[in-house]
Order: sequence, then C-alpha cells, then structure tokens
Amino acid sequence: MTALTDLYQEVILDHNRSPRNFRAIEGATHSGLGHNPLCGDQLTLYVRVEDGTIREIGFQGKGCAISKASASLMTEAVKGKTLAEAEELFGRFHDLLTGPSDVPAEAKSFGKLAVFSGVREFPVRVKCATLAWHTLHSALAGGSPASTE
Amino acid sequence: MIDITLTPATFDVETVRADFPILSRKVRGRPLVYLDSANTTQKPEAVIRASDRFYRETNANIHRSTYRLSEEATTAYEGAREKVRRFLNAASTREVVFTRGTTEAINLLASSFGQAFVKAGDEVLITGMEHHSNIVPWQLLCERTGARLRVLPIDDRGELVLEDLDALLTERTRILGVVHVSNALGTVNPVKEIVARAHAKGVPVLVDAAQSLPHLGVDVADLGCDFLAFSGHKVYGPTGIGVLWGKEEWLEKLPPYQGGGDMIASVSFEKTTYAELPARLEAGTGNLAGGVALGTALDYVTTIGLERIAAHERALLAHATERLSEVPGLRIVGTAREKAGVVSFVLDDVHPHDVGTILDQEGICIRTGHHCAQPVMARYDLPATARASFGLYNTLEEVDALVDGLRKVREVFGA
Repeated sequence: MTALTDLYQEVILDHNRSPRNFRAIEGATHSGLGHNPLCGDQLTLYVRVEDGTIREIGFQGKGCAISKASASLMTEAVKGKTLAEAEELFGRFHDLLTGPSDVPAEAKSFGKLAVFSGVREFPVRVKCATLAWHTLHSALAGGSPASTE
Repeated sequence: MIDITLTPATFDVETVRADFPILSRKVRGRPLVYLDSANTTQKPEAVIRASDRFYRETNANIHRSTYRLSEEATTAYEGAREKVRRFLNAASTREVVFTRGTTEAINLLASSFGQAFVKAGDEVLITGMEHHSNIVPWQLLCERTGARLRVLPIDDRGELVLEDLDALLTERTRILGVVHVSNALGTVNPVKEIVARAHAKGVPVLVDAAQSLPHLGVDVADLGCDFLAFSGHKVYGPTGIGVLWGKEEWLEKLPPYQGGGDMIASVSFEKTTYAELPARLEAGTGNLAGGVALGTALDYVTTIGLERIAAHERALLAHATERLSEVPGLRIVGTAREKAGVVSFVLDDVHPHDVGTILDQEGICIRTGHHCAQPVMARYDLPATARASFGLYNTLEEVDALVDGLRKVREVFGA
C-alpha cells in the first residue's frame, strides 16, 4: 500500500461518509468544543457519564475526513469505558500517531483505531486525528475549549 | 546587478523558471508544482545572491559609523528604499518606511494613526474581504480607544457592495482600510474609485497591496491612496521585510510606533527628540540584507515587466478557471468580474485538507484552509477552501497537473 491508501483506508472513508453517533446527546453531563484554528475545523462533543463510565457519546461539526472519522471511531471506542480507560486509550492513541513509524502498531489492542496508524506518515494531519480526543479530554475535565494549535 | 537572460520582447516561462533554483527540485520523487504564490513566492537566483552578497561583502550597521563598510551598507539599504519609491511611483523616499512585512506595516499605522486621530465614538471602516492582518490591528485599536469597527460587505460573487460605501463613510469615519486584491477570492477591488469616494468625505485610505503589487503593480500617485502596505516575500523577495508607504503630510503627523535606536535625533532622560522621516518610524536595526534583496526583487519584476507578468498570470487564471470547471463536483468560490491569479475552490464533500494531502503526494503545493480570512469563509458558510495561486513562473501544464491531481482526489474518495 502507498502512504496515501494507508491514510485513506476504507474504514476512514466510510466513517467520513457516514459518521456514527453524529448527534447531540440529550441529558449530556459533559460537552466540549474542539477547534483547529489552522483549518477552521470544529466539533462539539456530548458525553453522558454515569458512575464514572461513558454511557452515551455523540458529536456534531465540520471537518476533514481524518478528523471526522477519528471523532466517529472514538465515540465507538470509548462508549462503555470508564473515564480512566478512555484517558488511557487516548494516551496510547496519541503515541500510535506520533511514535516512530518502524515500531509496528499493536493492532489488536487498538481495534478499529489501528486504521489511523497511517497518519504517522503525515505529521501535519496528526492534529486532525487527535482533535476529537483532545476535545473529549477537556470536556471530561470540564476545562476550556480544546484547540489543536 | 542582476542576472536576467531575458529579451524584453518575449516572456518565455521556461527561461524565467531557470531563474528560480527551487523549481528544479523534486517533491516525493516528482517535479515540484508550486501553486501557492499568494502565500509566499519563490525566490530568483538574483535575490538569493543579493542577500548572500550583502553578508559576504557589505555587512555593517547603517547610518551610524564613519567607516567605509558602513557607508556601503547604508548606500545599499537606502538604494533599496529608492527602488521601492520608484516602483510605487512615490514622491519621496521619506515616504517609504521599512517594516517586517504587511502585518507590521498595518500594525504600525493602526497604532500611530490611532494614537493621533482615533477616539471613543469614532469609526474605522474596513471591508468584508480583508486578511486578518487588516482586521485585527484595527480591532485592537477599537478595543483600546472605544472606537467602532465597521465593515463594507461583499456579495455572492465576491465583490464589494459599493452601493453601501457612501452610507458607511460617516462623519465619524477616521480611516478606511481596503485590500487591493483578495488573497482568498482573487477579487481585484476598484481601489481608485473607493479612494475617490472616501476622499470626498475627507477620509484617508490605507490600501493592503500585499497581493496586488507583485502581480499588477501599484502606482500610489494614480491610486490616490494615503497609505499602502506590502510584503517583500510575496514579490519574489525575502521574508521579514516589507513596506509601509504613506503620504509625507500624513506620516509627519504620526507619533513614533516603537522607540529605540535610529529613530531619534537626541536622547536625554528629560526629553527625546525624534529623527526625520522615515527613520522616526523605524526603530532599531532593520532587515538590512532583506531590504537590499527586496530592491533586487523589484528590479527583477521590473525587468521582466509587470504588464507581461499580468498578461501571463491572466492566461493562467483563464486556463485554470476553464479546466477546473471541468472537474465534476468542483465549485469555484469567488467569481468576481475582475480577478487576479487566485482560484479558491471546494470539491464535493471532500474537505480541502484532504484535497491538499492528496495533491501533495503528486508534488503539488496548494493552500488549504481559511487563508487568514475567516470572515470571508463565514460569508460563504465554508470552513475552508482549497486555493491555487499563480506566480510568473507557473505554466499551463502545472494547471493541468492540478486538474489531474483533483481527479485522483475524487478516485480516492470514491466520488
């Protein structure tokens, strides 16, 4: 596969075309606004947390294929996870995108998120792939809007 | 001294391309297709050499030493100022203030003009087509003084709504800032007419010429404007050097922007008196090599000929407009009747960043994003566009490469 087809894998194109959980969540306990000032992308994230576990999560907004697919896949990946588990996954996901490319991604532990390993070859796109995660992080922390700049 | 092997009667783009060393490099194994000159232009050998030669042969600080080397450096830098004066058709080198670029030029003006002339309740008028650099300095001024920022709107085509201009020029309007050529849409604004209408109401005008000067040239006497700003790096010169030009009678009234060396006549702890123009507005040691190389860049453009450059870029724009319209799902944003070599576009549902990444794989450089003109994007309800922009070295074949690249984008996205 070329770097390009590695980046735009079918899973990513599919989630870009038909993002999952692309909606506001009623009774959200947390929400956050993510913004990438460089490209003008923005997304709003809605999370309903009960007993320290993410029960419902959805998002709305505009963005490139990478940021939209990442948000979509993230909502699937963290639903049902505890806050600590979600944060731990964010940390590993970030490492997957920014780590040295000769270290193979542990595909199994990432599930579908492994499709983002191709982003490593495109450093300027890392912030697209992590925007939703930064937004989740700040929404759960109840802090200021996330920005990838 | 510049090295241009061009005969005056012809514009052979291959000859011109040979002047630009970077154009022979490859990107990802493919020839570089550089379609981002509205962002920054590439540099001809003559400009690179001028900067290099200054450091090798002439480097010393200017205006302050008795030795020969400093005298030569001063002559070179002031010689560049004269080249700028001639290029702008300005009355005097006293009117040519070197800055870091357009942004610093406008910040200087907003700060000094604001201090002298703008008070609470006053109005500053700009247009909906401005680059952030002609919005934010005025916003800061308005926040500081309690003045109000007003905006002349743009229409669906990407032209200024000039019918609204007279009503927006009120007795509280202190200054009008207008972009000559829009970096995001390519629109060429009728600056001369706008200046005349502002002057009829007694309002001075700043023209942002960052995108117009390299491609159309500007004649400040003909435009009639009061201030004009441009950047060296967009006219085939170095980064970190630019110009604020202002009519002498206006610049004389401006308080200093920054204090420091070179801008004073005498300093004591009780009282400092300031230097004459333009030094009064140029504190500290400037970008000397950059200034000298900017002079060379203007020589280069002049030697090739602004009319020939404009004609070449018009041909590129026409070809691009036609070929891009053939790409299914592509929509050009900004369809003003008068345009310079800038084409902004969106492609179906494919985000411009994805377009940019895929084109990059083909060695094609375009700008994607909001082009530092978020209000323009908001006007068209777009988060971003892709933008191809042309310089004197671009070819029709490069436009065709862009079109082929866009077909590839559609393939990747299964469109």
